[in-house]
Amino acid sequence: MVSYILKRFLSLIPTLFVVSLVVFLVVFLIPGGPATAILGMEATAEELAALNAELGFDRPFLEQYASWLGGVFQGDWGQSYFLDMSVLEAIGEYFGPTLSLAIYAELVSLILAIPMGIIAAYKRGSLVDTAAVSVSLVGIALPGFLLSMFLMLLFSVKLKWLPVAGYRELSEGFGQFIRYLTLPALSLGLVQAAYITRMTRSSMLDVLYMNYIRTVRAKGQKEGIVVLVYGLKNAAPTILTVIGQSFGSLITGTIVTESIFNIPGLGSLTMSAINRRDVFVIQGVVLFVTLLYVVVNLVVDLLYGVVDPRIQLGRND
Amino acid sequence: MANQNHVASPSSEAILREQKQIRREQFFSNKGMLIGLIIFSAIVLSAIFIPMVNGVDPNVMDVVNRLKPPTAEHIFGTDEFGRDLFTRVLYGARSSLIVGCSVALLACFFGTLIGIYASYFKVADAVLMRICEGLTAIPGILLAIALMAALGASNTNVIIALTIVYTPSVARVVRSSALVAKGRLYVEAAKVQGASSGRILWKLILPNVISPLTVQASYIFAQAIISEASLSFLGAGIPAPAASWGNILQSSKSILSKAPWAVIFPGLAVVLCVLSLNLLGDGLRDYLDPRTAGRKKK
Repeated sequence: MVSYILKRFLSLIPTLFVVSLVVFLVVFLIPGGPATAILGMEATAEELAALNAELGFDRPFLEQYASWLGGVFQGDWGQSYFLDMSVLEAIGEYFGPTLSLAIYAELVSLILAIPMGIIAAYKRGSLVDTAAVSVSLVGIALPGFLLSMFLMLLFSVKLKWLPVAGYRELSEGFGQFIRYLTLPALSLGLVQAAYITRMTRSSMLDVLYMNYIRTVRAKGQKEGIVVLVYGLKNAAPTILTVIGQSFGSLITGTIVTESIFNIPGLGSLTMSAINRRDVFVIQGVVLFVTLLYVVVNLVVDLLYGVVDPRIQLGRND
Repeated sequence: MANQNHVASPSSEAILREQKQIRREQFFSNKGMLIGLIIFSAIVLSAIFIPMVNGVDPNVMDVVNRLKPPTAEHIFGTDEFGRDLFTRVLYGARSSLIVGCSVALLACFFGTLIGIYASYFKVADAVLMRICEGLTAIPGILLAIALMAALGASNTNVIIALTIVYTPSVARVVRSSALVAKGRLYVEAAKVQGASSGRILWKLILPNVISPLTVQASYIFAQAIISEASLSFLGAGIPAPAASWGNILQSSKSILSKAPWAVIFPGLAVVLCVLSLNLLGDGLRDYLDPRTAGRKKK
């Protein structure tokens, strides 16, 4: 197990190296350097050159990359020219709402998708199955921002059950916090649920027709236990992977959703950074979310061994 | 896989004909794929031909008729500037389809190059696959946003950014199919006979990659349409006033309560298009996969 964890960490190094290179290139490749993005089109050539030199963007590529990477490790992710704070401070300030939204949405999607997937697989070919498959097919085709607007139209504009947009801190009361987050979480969670339902269904289908399930049934075990204990246990690794991936897409999904619901999270930060071409913030958010994504997937990988003891981590490698 | 049929000798023409017959039946019994194909063709044909015939300018403003609900004259209604939404959705379809199609083709082209070389040359494999892993570690839409922020918003840049985002997944699929093919006896035989690596790669391995590649292409087409819409919606995609599904929806966002049709119709267009492409992809996968092609689903 220890050697597996070690190996898994080592395998991250090349990945993260490429990630850092790509993220760095995003700013490096801006035509005219980051100064053009910061100062805009009206700036004179001298002003641009001066700012690029001040930021160190007149140095050779490798030197720039090395000093940027060094900064990243030391917690210096650059400065936002519009927010008047460092990129890391900005991320810290805006991350809370994003995380709350992502967790809430993940809960929504799991509560809906796992039972749906199991039932659909168990009653394969039935009306429930067909309905689950069709709904998830449409759900996968539905971009998150579109569902957000449809739900907003229905629940806020027509029915007036939930607020149209906005965000309340948890300190302002749990009820308000949840009320404001429900619609965004639903629109994010439902799209994810479509995908998770599909994957849960197919991994359960693979398992439910195996011989050992028939044996358990023949021994007179109750159906509920057959499906939920024996079946689900073996379908768990696949489902776990999907959940890990979905958490990553939820974090990115929040970017679009937040901008629709005016939630002051990483998404809104990114949006305003796009509009102002605040390139270091964009760079920082990409790096931060990617690291988060990599960590979540690492945790999922390590959980395999816990969920399924047959996967002898480290021995098969 | 794909070249199974060529093995048949001329004397077995009857068997070949029968096989073709079976394949044809499988094609038409695959309802999802047919529905997908019909919807998708309908969208493509209307996007090409209706603007030619009705001659309405998608950008012409008509302030008197702003925010009008659907009527016989404006079947999708009008937007905040009185522009005809039906025409705008059709022009939007053009840009979305062009982006989707270009991204699918380019990603498949580069993905195949990378995947095939990676499957055959060890050093290339190590380097190329690490790069692909690094790129896929960055969430797709975020990478696209970052690239768009660097490159600036334009049609071409959307295509470039999304091609970079989707190429690694194609490369991975191609590589794994190519690795299977590489292990086949006839490839070994060709190697022993001294065939050049170019010949082995492009004549013997490539045909095995085509089926999964086709399926992948249809999914990427669909994904690219969603991503383009999201990018344009965020203001990092196709710039206004050119119509794209994403930026029509972006401008409709602020008039959601006054003119819900301005969200519903372009929204449905996106969903229908993506849905039809996904159905097509699922159908193609079942049709082309030798493991499921022989038997009926369910």
